[in-house]
Order: sequence, then C-alpha cells, then structure tokens
Amino acid sequence: MDVELLEIREHMGRFAPFDALPDELLDEVASQVEIAYFQAGTDIHHYGEDINDLHYIRSGAVEIFRRNGTLYNRLSEGDVFGQFGLLRNQRVSFPAKAIEDTLIYFIPYPVFTRLCEEDDNFADFVELERPRLEATVEQHHKNNDMMITRVRKLITRRPVMIEASASVQQAAQRMSEENVSSVLVFSASAGVPQRTFIDDDGQQWSLVGILTDPDFRTRVLAEGLSADVSVSEILSERLITVQSDESVHEAMLCMLRNNIHHLPVLHRRRPVGVLHLSDIIRYETHSSLYLVSNIFNQANVKGLAKLSANVREAFVRMVKEGANSQMVGSAMATIGRSFTRRLLELAEEELGPPPVPYCFMALGSMARNEQSLVTDQDNALVLDDRFDPEQHDAYFAELAKRVSDGLDACGYSYCKGDIMATNSRWRQPLAVWKRYFSEWIDDPSPERLLHSSIFFDLDGVYGEESYVEHLQDLVAEKASQSPLFLAAMARNALSRTPPLGFFRTFVMEKDGKHNNSINLKRRGTAPMIDLIRVHALACGSRAQNSFERLDDIAKTQLLPKGNDDRIRYALEFIAMVRIRHQALDVEQENTPDNNIEPENVSNTERHNLKEAFHVLSNAQKFLGFRYPMPRQR
Amino acid sequence: MSFYSHTRKKQPNWSDYLAQRANAAKGPCLERFFAQSALPLDMPIGEAPLVALDMETTGLDVNRHAIVSVGLVPFSLRRISLAQRRYWVVRPSRTLSEESIKFHRITHSKIAEAPDLDTILDEMLATMTGRLAVVHYRHIERPFLDSAVKARRGESLLFPVIDTMSLEARRHRQSMWARFRRWIGRPPASIRLHDSRARYGLPAYQGHHALIDALATAELLQAQVARHYSLDTPVSDFLS
Repeated sequence: MDVELLEIREHMGRFAPFDALPDELLDEVASQVEIAYFQAGTDIHHYGEDINDLHYIRSGAVEIFRRNGTLYNRLSEGDVFGQFGLLRNQRVSFPAKAIEDTLIYFIPYPVFTRLCEEDDNFADFVELERPRLEATVEQHHKNNDMMITRVRKLITRRPVMIEASASVQQAAQRMSEENVSSVLVFSASAGVPQRTFIDDDGQQWSLVGILTDPDFRTRVLAEGLSADVSVSEILSERLITVQSDESVHEAMLCMLRNNIHHLPVLHRRRPVGVLHLSDIIRYETHSSLYLVSNIFNQANVKGLAKLSANVREAFVRMVKEGANSQMVGSAMATIGRSFTRRLLELAEEELGPPPVPYCFMALGSMARNEQSLVTDQDNALVLDDRFDPEQHDAYFAELAKRVSDGLDACGYSYCKGDIMATNSRWRQPLAVWKRYFSEWIDDPSPERLLHSSIFFDLDGVYGEESYVEHLQDLVAEKASQSPLFLAAMARNALSRTPPLGFFRTFVMEKDGKHNNSINLKRRGTAPMIDLIRVHALACGSRAQNSFERLDDIAKTQLLPKGNDDRIRYALEFIAMVRIRHQALDVEQENTPDNNIEPENVSNTERHNLKEAFHVLSNAQKFLGFRYPMPRQR
Repeated sequence: MSFYSHTRKKQPNWSDYLAQRANAAKGPCLERFFAQSALPLDMPIGEAPLVALDMETTGLDVNRHAIVSVGLVPFSLRRISLAQRRYWVVRPSRTLSEESIKFHRITHSKIAEAPDLDTILDEMLATMTGRLAVVHYRHIERPFLDSAVKARRGESLLFPVIDTMSLEARRHRQSMWARFRRWIGRPPASIRLHDSRARYGLPAYQGHHALIDALATAELLQAQVARHYSLDTPVSDFLS
C-alpha cells in the first residue's frame, strides 16, 4: 500500500461498508478516488443528471431530497450516497445539496461495480433490491446456533419404550435396567393418528404417553397404588411432543411454556428419542430455564420478588449469547407468565378454590410473547357466566389485588392506564367481555380504539383458557368484517411516527429538527406492532405474536409482495437495538429504559435503524391507503 | 518573517517568456514543457488543467539543502484525480540531517535506494506539461526546482504558478480588514496550509508528505475558488 494514500484509506476504513472490505479492495478504492469540494449551499447533483460515482462524504454535511423536494436524509462524515442512481440507470434519483462546506470522495463506477461483484457485504449495503437490514438480521440468525440447531442433534439414544398394559413395576425395572429417567408408553390399539406409527416389524403402534421418575412417587406411591397397577391407569392425558427438525430453541420454549422436563421427540410420527432439560442446558447454558423452575418453587411473594434480579441476569445473558428478539421476547413473556401463575397459585392456596371458574388473561406484550425488561402489567379476569357480583366479586377482587401487588413487587409495575384485573371494569364474566368487544368493534370511539389496541392482544395465562380462546375467536371473526373499525384502527396506528434517521449525535425528525434521544418503543416497535395488528385483524388471524401475525398476513393479498418480509426485518432490527440497549443499561447499572442516545449507536446500527424507520414510515403510509374510511357511517 | 509581508509585484509576461524558452530549450522534454505550458491568460479557471505540486526538502536554504521527494496531483476545479497522482523519493545531492528525517518520515535506507532527480525529471515534466502548477508557498518549490534543473540540465526551469498561500494572504494579510486587525494589535491569521484549510472546513491531513500536501493544496484551491471567485474568473487573476 502506498503510504501516501493512508490518509484516505484509513478514513474510509472506519465507516460502513468500507470497514468490512478486504485490505486489497480498500487499497484499490483509495487509489482510484476522485475528490471535489462543495461550498455550503451548493447543489452536488440534480435529479435526472448522469451519475458516474458513488459519493463518500469525507467532511461536511449533505442533504438528500426526494423528487418532490421533501427531505429524504441528512448525511455527514463517512456516509455514502448516489448508490440508488448508480444501480438504476446511472441517473440521479435523489438530488443532493451540501449544507456545510463539504469534501466529497468520488468512487468511480467501474470501482463501484467491482466492489458490488466481489464483496457481498458491500453489495448488500448499497443494493436496493436486498436491503442491508435483511442481510443484517439474517447474519444475526446465522450466528446463532440455538436458532438453527435441530433437536435431533441433541438426541443421543433411541427411546426406551414400554406397552401401556405393562405394570408400573415392570416399567420401573425397565427404566433401571436402561438407566433412564423416563420411558415412552405405547399401545397396539389405534390412538391419535399423528402419533401412530409402524415399527420395523410392520406392527402398528400408537404413542400414548410418557412416564418419568417423579410420576412413580406422585401417582403411584403417594396415591397408595400397588406395583401391579398397569401403566395405562396412571398415565397423564396430556402429552406434549416436538418434531425432530424443530430448532433447539423451539424445544426449549416448549419446555418453558409447559413447565416440563422431558420432551418426546418425533420424526414425523415415530418417536426417535426423549429430550431432557439437562440436554439443552448442557448444550447451551440458559438461565431462564432455571429461573422458571425456581419461580414455581417459591413459597411466597417475598421469595418471588427476590428473583427479579435473576430476570435481569437472564435477559442480559440471552442478549450476549446472541438471541434474537423473538427468543428474548418469548423467554421474558414466559418468565412473566410464570410469575403470574405462581402468584395465582399462592393466592388460591390462601383464599381457597375460586367460587366460579375463571381465566386470568394477559394483554399487550405478554400476550404477544414480546416482553422486554421495561414492562408494566396489563391484565384482566374473565369469569364464568355464573358469576354473581354480590356473592363472588369479593373473592376475585382480592385475588386480583394479590396478583397485581405481587407482580409490582417482582418488577412489573402497575399499569398507569389501570388496565388491570383490580379494576372492576376489567373483572367481568365472559358474556360481558363479549359485549365489550362487540361494542368496541361496532362503534369505535377514541377510547374504545385505545382499548382495542391493548385488549386485542390477549392470551390466557391461568385457569379456563378456553374463555380467552372464545374472545380471540370473536375478535378474529368480527373485526375482519368491519371496514369502519379497521379504518379507525388504521388511523389510530398512524399517531406515532418514526424519525427520519440520525445526524451526528442527534436524532433527526422529518422536518429537519434535532433531538437528543429517541424512545425506540414509542417511535419504533409500538407503531410497527400497531400496524401489524390492523392487518392481522383484517385477515382474521388468531395469532397474537407480531411475527406469527405477519406469517398469517403473508398468506393473504393484504400487503404487496415482499412487504411482509421487509416489515419483519425492520421490526426485528428495531426490537433488537432496543433490547441490546436495555442489556447495556443493566450492565452499566443504569435503570433500563426505552430510550437510546445517538452517540451510543454504532455507525452500522445507524444505517440499519434509518432503513428500518424508512420501512415503518412506508408501511404506515400504505396502511392509510389500504383501509380508507367508508363513505357512509 | 519576510515572506509573510510579501506584496504583489507586477506580473512578468509569462507567455512571452515561455515562448522564448521553448525556442531556446536544449532538451526535448523542456521544450515540450515550455511550448505547451502557456495557457491563455484569459482562460476561465474552471476550464484550466491544473497540477498541484509539492516537494519536501532537507531544509529551507536552496544553497545548502536539497529535494527529497516530489508529489504531483493533476486536477481541475471539478475533480481531483488520485489515480493520476505521481510521487517520487529522490536522493539529495547533499546529506540528510537527522531532524529532517524525523520531519518527513523518510528514512536513510529509502533515500539510499532512491534515484537522482535527473532520472525522474522527464517523467515529472511530462506529468506537468500542459497544466498550470499550483503550490502552497511558491518560494520553496520554484527556487529548489530551478536550481536542481540548472545543476543537471544546464537550463533554468521557471514557470507560472498559482500560489494558494498568496491567495490566502490577499484575504488575510493585505485586505483593509487585515490591516485594521494588525493596527489594533490582533495577531495575523495564519496562512499555513493546515490553518488555511481549516477555514474552509477542509479536514486535517497528516502534513509533510509531498503527495498529501499536493492533494491538500489542490483541495484548498477548489475551496478558495468556490468561496471567493467563480469558475469564470480568468486564470491571470490567480497568478502570483
């Protein structure tokens, strides 16, 4: 390398996408650069002019405009522009103007094309067809073992199996011989078709359950049963299995959600092994697993509250291990649900069994499985229709109070909007809930729209979960048939908008004003989730998680092709930046919040965030167009 | 320091001088250089082919010190083209002092391998031919080059230059405002390359490398023209 070009090379090497170029390519770029100076206020190029170079800002600042003259971006040292024009027809697509005295390095077209051809990362960065956001998020997935490693990789031996007609003693003997802590139970009679398989000898079998070490204590000895009783008599009806090609992460979540330690693994219908919690832990030390079992071992609120420090640790560890936002979000939601469930169990132990059945319902981020570290509680009680306020409400009011106070003690602060089961309005029988939801959809008012955006992310946490499923069905069926409601929800979803991007140490608003920090929830994830909800309601999706909702939306024609992916990547990226910054706050012993300060955002992160904001902005524009107000009310 | 209080002398008649030198030149390179370097004085600066020239020397005295390196960057006011850059390290006829080694970051071993200026002179002149030279402080480049060429080819090498330092001096040393500042006892604005660049928002480069300083000078002229002149200003307005 010519020492005289170090000046140029070293500067470019500090900024994306040049920072990732191999040395020889970077040398080549530096040696071919052309340079020009632009005084503040002069135009660098006009719309439609020929463009033959990628423009790199060595010093100064530049504003980029859309064709209609509105501000598109404001760039500073180390930023590039002109790539869109180069990639299209070598005509300027976005006019540019120097707003400070600016020195531009021009990278000639032949060098630009060579970079695009020889360096994928560079191509990803500049190419419109494949936004760099997508590439970044995919790269992140690639780097994460847990996401791609299949369950089958953790299986070390074939499952030990026993017929349902065998005695429990035979089962215990078999397990001792094989030195295993669980045995799969099958029968020759036809069972659930998904679990019926044909063995090597052509015999048809059906998997009916799993027996584990503790079952012998709780279901045989504690119940005073004899050793001769048949396995089928003590078998639990509930059998949860996982497919062998699922990811380890999925298996882990399945165990977390169901609080089980053994998970039979099937290849199609045939059992191929049993996954034990310790297999996953051995594979990837993961404290959220311990945490959940620890939650269920606590005997009082005080014990639970002590665990909130562990929640933070688990969060930080997941982020460090490279979990994506869905992994973090669902693990945190699972932990939150576990706290809620345990608090309900403790309350029931003291208050006695409920006078009528109920379901404790989670709303908002917990229902969506998208919880972060900074979260308050949103919950409600759906009661059996036999509920009589005079007789029963004292019990449920007390139950709600204990859970709510307990959650607050565990770090889930009270809901400022009073969306909690302690509010009698949100402690109602199923029939009332149905009426609420119907009214909100039929006759939307600002308050009802606000409620809809909170309550229409709903999931059962504990109790008669079918009540909540009824409500989910109602919303899915009714909302999609109500253009007025959809239009109102769409309009509501546009109230919070993203900023334009960053400029030096500021957040840049669309009118060119600067701010010192940005609330990534309010300006990023929340409006994105809002708009996904509208589309999900329109297509009758029953999913609650935003990414699962996008899967459902993708099956319809609601969004132009490819848009669902763009939204997915943008949401993932913004959510991940927010999560990473919260983890950073915890590590630096600051109170985690939803704000990020531009000076703490890396250069690449800025580029990607800007693009994600852009996707959000476009998706919002499309939303208004897709769900117009019906002419007549 | 004397060069800071330099006043504008009457410009020599460059076209006549160059034409006469072209006729009298002994070597073909010098002949071509003189024949093609006479740009019409009324040519707009925006159209002029330019070349930024910088040299590092072992000291400031043309009689005691010598040239160590030469940097050339051909450019126009529209673009500076790094691909056309030229840079040579040459062996000085006089020994290199320790201080100047530190100063220029050029080592003994590099100098020992380097050719004499004579072997690169033709290439150097070829790169400059047809272009108007731009320097920052002409009282180094011009006398050193002239003396080195005289010693090797027996001919003088003088040519018109644009001196970006003089252009700064016109603003910051000779204007009414500058005189007023001096009168009230304010220190004069620095017109060194680095400080001049800073006034135009140009980035700080590592100085004392002939090619980087040549590049820095080219950028400075672009900035000076953008701020104080126009692309239509005739070349004659810039000559010192």
